[in-house]
Amino acid sequence: MKLIKYLVIIFFMFNLSFSIAQSKDLKTKIAKNLRCLICQGQSVHDSDSEFANSLKILIEKKIGEGESEKQIYDFFRDKYGEWILYDPIFNKKTYFLWLLPILMFMIGGAIIMKKFFIKK
Amino acid sequence: MLNSIGHYSLIFGICFSFPIIFYSVINFRNSKELDKKIIFFIFLQFFFVIVSFLGLVFLFIISDFSNETVFNNSHTTKPLFYKISGTWGNHEGSLLLWLLVLTLFLFLFTIKSKDQKKEYRILTLLFQQIIIIGFFVFLIKNSSPFNYIYPIPDEGLGLNPILQDPALAIHPPILYLGYVGSSIIFSSALAATALNYISKKWAVHIKRWVLVSWVFLTLGILLGSIWAYYELGWGGFWFWDPVENVSLMPWLALTTLLHCILVLEKRLVLTSWVVILSITTFTLSMCGTFLVRSGILNSVHTFANDPERGLYILIFLFTLIFLSLFIFFVFHKSETKNTTSFFWLSKETSILINNWFMMYFLSVILIGTIYPIFLEVLSSEKISVGPPFYNKLIIPFLIPFLFAMTIGPKLNWIKSDLKNKLNLIVFLIISFLLSYLIIKDLKISFLINTVLIGSAFFLFFVTMRDFMKSKFRNLSQSLGHLGFSLLILSILFNNIFSSEIITNLKIGETFESKKVSISFESVEKKEYQNFSAVIGKFKILHSDGKIEFLEPELRIYNQPNIVTSEADIKTNLLQDIFMTINLVQNQEYFNVRYQIKPFMLWIWLSVLLISFGGLISFLKKRQNEI
Amino acid sequence: MKFKFFPITLFIFFIIVFSIFYKGLKNSNIYTPNLGLQKDIPFFEATVFNSNKRVNSDEIFDHDQFYLMNIWASWCAPCREEHPFLMDLKKREKLKIIGLNYKDKKRSAKNFLLELKNPYDLIISDNDGTIAINWGAYGVPETFIIYNRKIIDKIIGPINDNTILKINEILK
Repeated sequence: MKLIKYLVIIFFMFNLSFSIAQSKDLKTKIAKNLRCLICQGQSVHDSDSEFANSLKILIEKKIGEGESEKQIYDFFRDKYGEWILYDPIFNKKTYFLWLLPILMFMIGGAIIMKKFFIKK
Repeated sequence: MLNSIGHYSLIFGICFSFPIIFYSVINFRNSKELDKKIIFFIFLQFFFVIVSFLGLVFLFIISDFSNETVFNNSHTTKPLFYKISGTWGNHEGSLLLWLLVLTLFLFLFTIKSKDQKKEYRILTLLFQQIIIIGFFVFLIKNSSPFNYIYPIPDEGLGLNPILQDPALAIHPPILYLGYVGSSIIFSSALAATALNYISKKWAVHIKRWVLVSWVFLTLGILLGSIWAYYELGWGGFWFWDPVENVSLMPWLALTTLLHCILVLEKRLVLTSWVVILSITTFTLSMCGTFLVRSGILNSVHTFANDPERGLYILIFLFTLIFLSLFIFFVFHKSETKNTTSFFWLSKETSILINNWFMMYFLSVILIGTIYPIFLEVLSSEKISVGPPFYNKLIIPFLIPFLFAMTIGPKLNWIKSDLKNKLNLIVFLIISFLLSYLIIKDLKISFLINTVLIGSAFFLFFVTMRDFMKSKFRNLSQSLGHLGFSLLILSILFNNIFSSEIITNLKIGETFESKKVSISFESVEKKEYQNFSAVIGKFKILHSDGKIEFLEPELRIYNQPNIVTSEADIKTNLLQDIFMTINLVQNQEYFNVRYQIKPFMLWIWLSVLLISFGGLISFLKKRQNEI
Repeated sequence: MKFKFFPITLFIFFIIVFSIFYKGLKNSNIYTPNLGLQKDIPFFEATVFNSNKRVNSDEIFDHDQFYLMNIWASWCAPCREEHPFLMDLKKREKLKIIGLNYKDKKRSAKNFLLELKNPYDLIISDNDGTIAINWGAYGVPETFIIYNRKIIDKIIGPINDNTILKINEILK
């Protein structure tokens, strides 16, 4: 019936040719997490500026030398500051950043529980 | 001459605030009906703002460079369409657009609220008038679009070519109709609170305004994303950039408000919450304006940043906040306690859950956007909060949210048992099975992706079935939710199945891979009205034999002197093929990016579907009244 | 009781938020990280511009004197603007100017120097820009002031009337 019709359509869509992504390699992952410092709001991966291109070459070199993702981030943090990393680090300066939304979630839940489910 | 007309129209406009306020105060106290004089002056105020706005538009069209704003933002060789859209593509002009929408909504509200109490109408227009006066003063004193410069230059400084895009040209007016339109909801909520008028009747009345604002805001955000995708050349449409966040936050508040109004229409509950959301939406709009124009944030926005302007907006924003707080705490009376317990399995509860999650998402975005500012002020440390943060905090919570969205609409008001449980369970199993089959061979985190896609499919199947079955009952809800499920699915698949090839090619060279071969055949140079183009001609040969030709461009503008990269995008229902080229400094080769982006069209269509749902709801109401 | 407590806290909260935004407005928005200052210079190896000889940073910054390392390229317009300042600084004793030729073509760079004259005591090549990144530079032009193998200060952007004062001050 209708259900089967839906399924057939969906399966058909996925069997048509479109390329399945290669797993996102490490270089892309790191480059996407670094801010292009001379651009206005672009990652190193997306940017084609000289700065971004040099950074990409350096990332590739470091991966080739066996450095871990964390080591590479540490290197750039050392040179350019926390500002260059898009994924904010979790340290005592950013506890509030990460935990405040979670706190809001729990407060929201508590308000709902309290106000509306006192008597069931 | 036009310049003076524009300037003095603004002066006239603000002068009309005096009679508006004067007659309103008198009328509020006496026992007569709404004084027609007030309507007349409100219209005059709106009329003069239109005159002023059109004056600026004409100044742009004729390229009158004796006007400072036109000089800074236009150029004689700009195509006419972009000369016109240049009017609001700058700080002063866009503020004039703010004022236009503010006065327009005031006028429309005044004439469309005839079935409401006079006191409520007057109080609403008074609150709206406060906002309008604030903007008039800001515009006239600090950001006038009608300043003269002398001597008169021959040529303007030109508009940024990245802004010469059709989507971006109409993005501000559409966005503002939503963004600024929420001002009337703000004023109305404050007025209704002060008069203890938060009731079912008020909810029915205000719902239409919420829908108007919501539909335009949705479309405005869509246009912004479309522009980002087509113009900025990186192949993405959302970057969690502060400017994007600033438009999304009022949207979240407004969507939440919409759902609460649905409850308020039926039962006198959640009244405090509705008022808070109404206030919050416009406050977020004002806050966004502050963040983006004051220079306090680093982003892709084009407006010149000026701390003095920022200060004015900041003070104005907090004046509105304190005013709202005052009115809320002094005047608001919450409903009596015994009506506020909900049964756990009911539509009210599911809307509460929707509220809960939406507010969580809102707080994630708000905190993520504002935290760097706070940190820098308090500790002089500068951090970036980018996509990884938002993804980590939002994606896991999407799963229960999608479930609530699936089950919620099926519940009844007050109390429900879940009908058609078998159907739902079948859909659930199919969704997760389908999801499993899709994900299992991919090298990505298995569990979260399976569950996420499974939940999205579940929502999709259930809403699709509802849509097919109940035809026109609750059409707007089905469309809205169906659209949302499609949006999530499209974004997820786009994310998972996107692929990219980045390579350096000289003219004549070819890149070969297992799936595709990209030949850089030639380069063509072409001259246009205000730029010269270098067009790269590529032949793409797919492994299944299909051949495509793509022609990404580099555009070299003369005024201002910059080079932009224009992507060539081939769209079909299944995927977009997205190609850009870039110059590499001092080398003979070009940097070539070839991307496959699945389901892009579905992303746009699903948002259109969502707005369409809102439109249906708006039109339906009007029918009911006739 | 509870009802009066809540609005007051909210009020205070917003006052605090306002003050923070206010202060944020006053701060400059130009981010110039003071990183790398007083830090040791990064160790690197490079090819001398005109030959195939390899040198490393220990050899370059050997003596007990001030060094300027100036990142430049022939395709960089502001580099032309700052060039007179560099020629001027060349006249100073106890100062050596090292040029880091950034992502440039040999011939274009040579022509640049032929046209404007050569202020550098030594030029090294950074063909892919990675040496500049190692120094924490953003691009061209950028100038580092070095003493005792430590970075004393840096100038982002071209040397001009303002920034030359900073250099002069340090060189005293």
